[in-house]
Amino acid sequence: MGLRYGTGAEVLRDLDFRLAAGGFYFLTGPSGAGKTSLLKLLYLAQRPTRGRIRLFGEELSEAPREALPGFRRRIGVVFQDFRLIRHLSAFDNVALPLRIAGRSEAEVDASVREMLDWVGLADRSGARPPTLSGGEQQRVAIARAVIGRPELLVADEPTGNVDAEMASRLLRLFEALNGLGTTVVVATHDINLIASQPRAELMRLDGGTMVDPTGVLKNPPRSRAIAP
Amino acid sequence: MKLVGGMPGEGNLLPAQKVHGPTTAVIAIMTFAMLLVAAAGLALTDAAGVVAKGVESRFVIELPAGIAGELPKVLAAVRSAPGVQSATPVPETEMRSTLESWLGSAAAAGDLPIPALVTVELKPGFNPTQLQARIAQTVPGATTVTETAELGPLLRSLHTLQWLAFSLVTLIAVATSAAVVLAARGALDTHRFTIEIMHGIGATDRQVTRLFERKIATDALIGAVAGGLAAAIGLLLVGGAGAAFAGELTGAAPLGQLDLLILAIMPILVVVLAILVARWAILKALRETL
Repeated sequence: MGLRYGTGAEVLRDLDFRLAAGGFYFLTGPSGAGKTSLLKLLYLAQRPTRGRIRLFGEELSEAPREALPGFRRRIGVVFQDFRLIRHLSAFDNVALPLRIAGRSEAEVDASVREMLDWVGLADRSGARPPTLSGGEQQRVAIARAVIGRPELLVADEPTGNVDAEMASRLLRLFEALNGLGTTVVVATHDINLIASQPRAELMRLDGGTMVDPTGVLKNPPRSRAIAP
Repeated sequence: MKLVGGMPGEGNLLPAQKVHGPTTAVIAIMTFAMLLVAAAGLALTDAAGVVAKGVESRFVIELPAGIAGELPKVLAAVRSAPGVQSATPVPETEMRSTLESWLGSAAAAGDLPIPALVTVELKPGFNPTQLQARIAQTVPGATTVTETAELGPLLRSLHTLQWLAFSLVTLIAVATSAAVVLAARGALDTHRFTIEIMHGIGATDRQVTRLFERKIATDALIGAVAGGLAAAIGLLLVGGAGAAFAGELTGAAPLGQLDLLILAIMPILVVVLAILVARWAILKALRETL
């Protein structure tokens, strides 16, 4: 598949790969390589301009837009810039996916409190994002992404604003979700994070194409770049 | 049809407003103008109805001075005819008094020939043509004068004004809809970030639309109530003086109970219109995104 914005050059080209259900993947590559664009395709914020995307067993490249919310609810996303709603409390931000999915308020309340406790923000549930530190906002964003037990978790630099201890805790959260069957895709530059998860597969993007030019990447991805 | 509703906690997804913005003011002004114009239109409709009814059911029999003595014969013939509500002779003193305005004291002179006049009022639905023929047969020389010719232009003017008023109401409704569309688009731009997040998390277009419907419904409700109250005060003030004038002109109250009911419903219709237009505009805008 390929992706271009407007009439510009393709930012992703000739990508052809398969993610195994329940797999754990790191996506790496230099800035501007197309990592965020690829994640956007995965969490259905973009359609490929050519080629096809098959997700959850369904061909979604040309699926009617009315069908997309149902699939998006099965995906958790951690955005690089957190994307928290500024005027909502941490509690309400984390509760959003459950409320959109129509869960009862009792269920929402219990789940959100448990999740905020897990990410160490139980005492900050009423705080609004502008009053939270970068790391705290990151944790709220992660809590929001995982609270609905998604089948696919897509995270863009999820540990960029947290200390090593919190990064380790978050990775354990991702592993726990992965253990429950969630497919995890983490875009990161963090070598330590990659090294701490030896079972994970590695995908490397460069210039919009999946590459492994050095051949030294551990766990080479089950993906391949197709020569144009 | 559910106009406004939605998921729990959605009320705070858009920031709360302490002061309601221009949409509320525009809807208040539009409701105010719409109610005043509609009230004028309804009053004109009623007035036209009363005038038309009078024209259709009333005419005057005129007996020239030479045959004025035949008045009892004419009265007997008319009163015995079917469909006659009343037949009232105009007193000679009243006619002389009227003529005095133009002729001065000469009008009181006994040698001034005065015709005899009879005002005839028919029961609703009766056609005067048959009765007019019977009068001409009973007293040759007697003539009947209907008010249709004299009041025809007035009636046409009333009908034109009435349609003009209702056209204005329609135009104001269209302008209100346009203002709501602009407000909805502005709200979408302002809250695009929240919408993108909600869409990304799996919110449907209907869920996103409901957020804005709730806000626009609140604005429209406040505006419609304010505009409606202002219009009610205006109608009471203007209507007090106007009612007396209209009553004298047409013999009826300017606004009936049905008219008042229609006017009371109009602010509610403005709110419903605002919600439906906002829903359409927002869904249309959302469909242009993924």
